[in-house]
Amino acid sequence: MRALLATFSLALLTGTALAAPIPVVASFSILGDMVKQVGGDRVSVTTIVGANADTHVYEPKPQDAVVLGTAKAFFVNGLGFEGWFDRLVEATGFKGEVVTASAGVATHTMDEDGEKITDPHAWQSLTNGKLYVANIAKGLCAVDAEGCPSYESNAAAYSAQLGALDAEVKAAIAAVPETERKVITTHDAFGYFAEAYGVTFMAPEGVSTESEASAADVARLIDQVKAASVKALFVENMSDPRLVEQIAAETGAKLGGALYSDALSEPGEGAATYLDMFRHNIGLLAPALEGK
Amino acid sequence: MNLFDLFVGPFVSYGFMSRALVGAVVIALSAAPVGVFLMLRRMSLSGDAMAHAILPGAGVGFLIAGLEILPMTLGGFAAGLIVALLAGLVSRLTIQREDTSLAAFYLISLALGVMLVSLRGSSVDLMHVLFGTVLALNNDALIMIGTVATISLTALALIWRPLVAECLDPNFLRSVSGAGQPVHLIFLALVVLNLVGGFQALGTLLAVGLMMLPAAAARFWVQRLEALCLVAIGIGVASSYLGLLLSYHLSVPSGPAIILVAGAIYLLSLLIGNRGVIRTRLVPPRHRIA
Repeated sequence: MRALLATFSLALLTGTALAAPIPVVASFSILGDMVKQVGGDRVSVTTIVGANADTHVYEPKPQDAVVLGTAKAFFVNGLGFEGWFDRLVEATGFKGEVVTASAGVATHTMDEDGEKITDPHAWQSLTNGKLYVANIAKGLCAVDAEGCPSYESNAAAYSAQLGALDAEVKAAIAAVPETERKVITTHDAFGYFAEAYGVTFMAPEGVSTESEASAADVARLIDQVKAASVKALFVENMSDPRLVEQIAAETGAKLGGALYSDALSEPGEGAATYLDMFRHNIGLLAPALEGK
Repeated sequence: MNLFDLFVGPFVSYGFMSRALVGAVVIALSAAPVGVFLMLRRMSLSGDAMAHAILPGAGVGFLIAGLEILPMTLGGFAAGLIVALLAGLVSRLTIQREDTSLAAFYLISLALGVMLVSLRGSSVDLMHVLFGTVLALNNDALIMIGTVATISLTALALIWRPLVAECLDPNFLRSVSGAGQPVHLIFLALVVLNLVGGFQALGTLLAVGLMMLPAAAARFWVQRLEALCLVAIGIGVASSYLGLLLSYHLSVPSGPAIILVAGAIYLLSLLIGNRGVIRTRLVPPRHRIA
């Protein structure tokens, strides 16, 4: 009885002794999830670009400036992903720690509207994901030295999960014969995934979301799919889903579902955390590659 | 490239091309006679008006069932029907003429639609979901166009005589039969049917274009009503075929290509048709009666 009372009052005391969670801001949903995993209860994370939103074209709102004003650290992806964060930091006079999660990542270039730019989607490789986690832990330690041991242990546990998933993904891809690891998708965000896991992502030729497709474009795409004997077609951003169905029906390629590349989904949609997002994507990719 | 590859090859090698041809030809068959009547009744712009009038119906369908094709199409059809019928009734029962009443009702309908859609709060473009493209005709769309064409042609055949009488001399018809009003409303329903079905399968441009342009061009060649319908159908079919070929060989969007071919035929007819500019103005006219 007395022991119970003692533990109860001790719990109360430690409760009041605990500081309020440290406010930090993450630029987009995937990063926000990672910061939450590493920070745990010691941090309160606000994400600027939420689920299913496009970070490339995001325009900061006044509320974002307000949130940044009270934050101790701002976690960004870097590599040109958030074109707007420089101005936001400048405009708010943010004095806290800006942590670039992708520091130290081996980058490659990609083609964007005819220009060669650095591909910013580095989180699509789980090895890079571990690098992100390490950078996040370092950043949190710099802001809150007291919580450093907890951050490091959280980071280690999370990295272990990432490592396990990495092995799973590699095993799933290894089950597919090497000549069949081809996918057609309008997403240009899977460069690091392609590098890390040996899947070739091809872009559909000619069919864009901006203009109406011509018969020649559709014919070219069908030829491309047939020639490469690609079994998986993930082009859900095209203006007409029925056109994609037509192409799939004619080529025998299976129409994939929605791949998540630049943002997480809403909770309940199946890709609400970084790990879930990866599992969801590979869950769609692997059977599609095998032709199921 | 031999002639076969040029003119037949694309339709044989690609399933989507042959389906596009079938879809466009069926719509041409179904919509051209309706277009001829619209043209003769001076209601040629009603197709475009109808494209806007169906918005509240699609909006209600969207509010009830979300972004699903069938409820939105049915809602659009209902809205189009209501607008067309109200316009018809107003023109028959009051001093207002049909084109004005249609304009009034389609504007009311459009504004209602915009308001309904914005109430939902999302910025989803309903019309993009509702309107299709000729290159993306799946089995459901082909069946729908086929059904629309069957109903339309059958109904037109059944109401042909009273419809012609109603167009030509409504007072005479009223004195000998009570068929005038129902026939007129059935005709408006056929217009909406062809348009909404066409929009859903082929998009606005193609549906309205294949309805009006062939009819307009046919006017420069023949005079009798049956001949007008047949020539309009012929022009519609030819435009679809040539337009799809152009889209394939020159890599241009297919909908606009078909309509531009029809437009070219129209301009050509305007110039060199039997009743075109050259024959009627520049060649010394023989004594014509009509």
